[in-house]
Amino acid sequence: MLPKFWRKIRSRYNLIGSHCENCGSYFYPPRNICPKCRRKGKVREVQFSGYGKVLSWSVVHDGVENFWLSKPYIVALIELDEGAKIVAPLDCNPDEVREGMRVKAVFRKFGEDGEDGIIYYGTKFVPV
Amino acid sequence: MRRVAIIGVGCSKFGELWDMGFRDIVISAGIEALEDAGLEGREIEAVYAGNMSAGRYIGQEHIASLIADYSGLAELHVPCVRVEAGDASGGVALRQAYMAVASGMHDVVIAAGAEKVTDVPNAMEILSSSADVEWEVFNGANLPALYAMIARMHMKRFGTKEEDLAMVSVKNHKNATLNPKAMFRREISLETALNSPYVAEPLKLFDCAPICDGASVVILASEEVARRYTDTPIYIKACTQASDYMALHSRRDVTTMDAVVFASREAYRIAKIEPKDVDFAEVHDSFTIAEIIAYEDLGFAKKGEGAKLIREGVTALDGDLPVNTSGGLKAFGHAVGATGIRQAVEIALQLRGDAGKRQVDGEIGLSLNIGGTGATAVVTIFSR
Amino acid sequence: MVGIVSYGTYIPKYRIKVEEIARIWGENADVLKKGLGVEQKSVPSWDEDTATIAVECAREALRRAKIDPKRIGAVFVGSESHPYAVKPTGTIVAEALGIGNDYFCADLEFACKAGTTAMQICYAMVKAGLIDYGIAIGADTSQSRPGDPLEYTAGAGGACFIVGRDCIAEIEGTFSFASDTPDFWRREGKPYPSHGGRFTGQPAYFRHIVEATKGLLDKLGLRPSDFDYAVFHQPNGKFPIRVAQILGFTKDQIKQGLVVPYIGNTYSGSSMIGLASVLDVAKPGERILLTSFGSGAGSDAFSFVVTDRIEGIERNPKVLEKIKECEYVDYGLYVKLRRKIRFG
Repeated sequence: MLPKFWRKIRSRYNLIGSHCENCGSYFYPPRNICPKCRRKGKVREVQFSGYGKVLSWSVVHDGVENFWLSKPYIVALIELDEGAKIVAPLDCNPDEVREGMRVKAVFRKFGEDGEDGIIYYGTKFVPV
Repeated sequence: MRRVAIIGVGCSKFGELWDMGFRDIVISAGIEALEDAGLEGREIEAVYAGNMSAGRYIGQEHIASLIADYSGLAELHVPCVRVEAGDASGGVALRQAYMAVASGMHDVVIAAGAEKVTDVPNAMEILSSSADVEWEVFNGANLPALYAMIARMHMKRFGTKEEDLAMVSVKNHKNATLNPKAMFRREISLETALNSPYVAEPLKLFDCAPICDGASVVILASEEVARRYTDTPIYIKACTQASDYMALHSRRDVTTMDAVVFASREAYRIAKIEPKDVDFAEVHDSFTIAEIIAYEDLGFAKKGEGAKLIREGVTALDGDLPVNTSGGLKAFGHAVGATGIRQAVEIALQLRGDAGKRQVDGEIGLSLNIGGTGATAVVTIFSR
Repeated sequence: MVGIVSYGTYIPKYRIKVEEIARIWGENADVLKKGLGVEQKSVPSWDEDTATIAVECAREALRRAKIDPKRIGAVFVGSESHPYAVKPTGTIVAEALGIGNDYFCADLEFACKAGTTAMQICYAMVKAGLIDYGIAIGADTSQSRPGDPLEYTAGAGGACFIVGRDCIAEIEGTFSFASDTPDFWRREGKPYPSHGGRFTGQPAYFRHIVEATKGLLDKLGLRPSDFDYAVFHQPNGKFPIRVAQILGFTKDQIKQGLVVPYIGNTYSGSSMIGLASVLDVAKPGERILLTSFGSGAGSDAFSFVVTDRIEGIERNPKVLEKIKECEYVDYGLYVKLRRKIRFG
């Protein structure tokens, strides 16, 4: 897991995705090839503002191991202001989530590779 | 392209098969299929085996040859191929086998699917790797959470209710009581389903199919060869496959599985039928919402109106379009890579009139096998 | 002119009240609150640690500074609760800020004063022309043994100061005083710190803060009355008030920077969050004294003079507003969040 995590640190710590200058689409995580333009695409790296809105969400009771301390936790399908969509943890009270709720990116711990292993950090969202 | 027929089917019991290892499960299905087809074994020319994650579930790779070996085919030296496409592995194996016969390359082949999941404690974590591990699961979204987000959006947009989802579960459990090989052979009430605890809101325990052990085998033959072995060949009229973005968040529309739409339209075109010509179907209800969305994406209902079919009883065993007569993934059990083949077994049994107490009438059956949240879809249309 | 160019703070949203901790240990909450001058403390969530706190306060500072992250030439994070014993917090922060790869970096530890020492290093590097901007962070999720008096005050939070030339508050001078005084320590591999009880007072906290402050005043030829504000390290609500008194500062001078009653002792973040609270309201021309204290022991004293630029920087939300936004947890949730229960 170590090199696999390390390799994507830039896009995990910051919402660095890609933008196709040919069709205007935004993608997160970054893509090398625009799925709309393919070879005609001009894909460039872009850093998203970190603001967006909730499209859908789930309060997860039986979730992934690294999140067990925060059960139940919320994951949300978020549309970033630039247009890219992302599935990410949302840190707030389950009762307060609403469709269309404005959210912003924050830097948080995701878990760890056991007690002796490396710590995973990344981007979560909180209500604006 | 030649016509391809199913000449034999076999299926292990599905469930927590504590006393059976991967090899035992595969053999139980394989022997049944060979006996059903009346084959000695020597006739087999190739094996296509659907399996999602033997490497993680049992720590064993190279399982296609293992399956052939323990099916007694080692000395025949037939080519064996393992096919992986998440929980659509079985469906894709069926398609590979179908193409091998249709193309004229082989006359008789085995399409198998097998998974042994109960040797490890983290079966759902492994199944969730059919979603995007780095950008979905790492972020806390396992398969139930992803389907839950699909469900919430479907509910919000189209008024689908938690009761509708529960009704899918009730129906499939009821069908499974009539299937001796099903994992859960007991009826449940709507209240039981609705009162079960949330796994990932709005999905509850009874909205989620159990991941279990199991294997299924179908034997395919060219039309000409098939006639030598059976009076009831079941023809594969079309077997199509489509893919889509791996991650849910990349998809055009979260409430539509474009891969299902695309594969089914193509299948109808090839089979020269329309959705209304389908008499019964086996669909991939890994989560109850997936069955409702399948109704829509397969063209059985308009987009957003899938829940109507379950509310009006259309897809019940005695309805106009019975769906998941076997009990579905929910009640028959979801043996991951076996499921796509297991669906074909059910449809063949139904079309042959061998489905016992759950027998339905029909000329045309359809199966839909999905990988992950819809990054792979396989649609197969069968007829007598 | 070298000084503070921008600043940011982060305080986790959870709080636990002194009453709740006292309830568990059978102590008298009123006596404790009166004795400590602390009502409650901040508690980090399960997914917050010194690195996440450092990143959040640094991002706020950078956003307010409106400077290109690539111009940051140094990152120093002071803490006594770095997530790793070996492996810097600073590189995590630098990566999250997107400052590139050519930067000076190390983690600092000097109990509660590592953050102000980071500021001195950045100040020196900017003055020497080595860097344009340096980031100095003091952040902690401070540990305390269950049942220890420390448990009532050991909080979590952090502050970041970007040091450079076009500053909102010039560093007029800095002076440090240190000695080998083991008043509080944590041995390698141990989860909780130990301390000398009342020994942490006079020979440690008071002596070092008084000497460092006096040293600075002598060096600059200033008197307490020359300052509009004074911030002292705040392990509890009582010590900073008493040390101010000893040095001849008034309660009015220290009021704005006294945040400990509401968030507890945020260790490396403590006096720095106090300074941030003062900058939230400071006006051009005003003079601010800051004296930190780190057990072991030492104090860094600074004199800042606020410049006209402070009017042009975003200073909202203010520290005192952030302190108010909170959610209370009970002791059970607190021990889970702080991982004070053994899982195996």
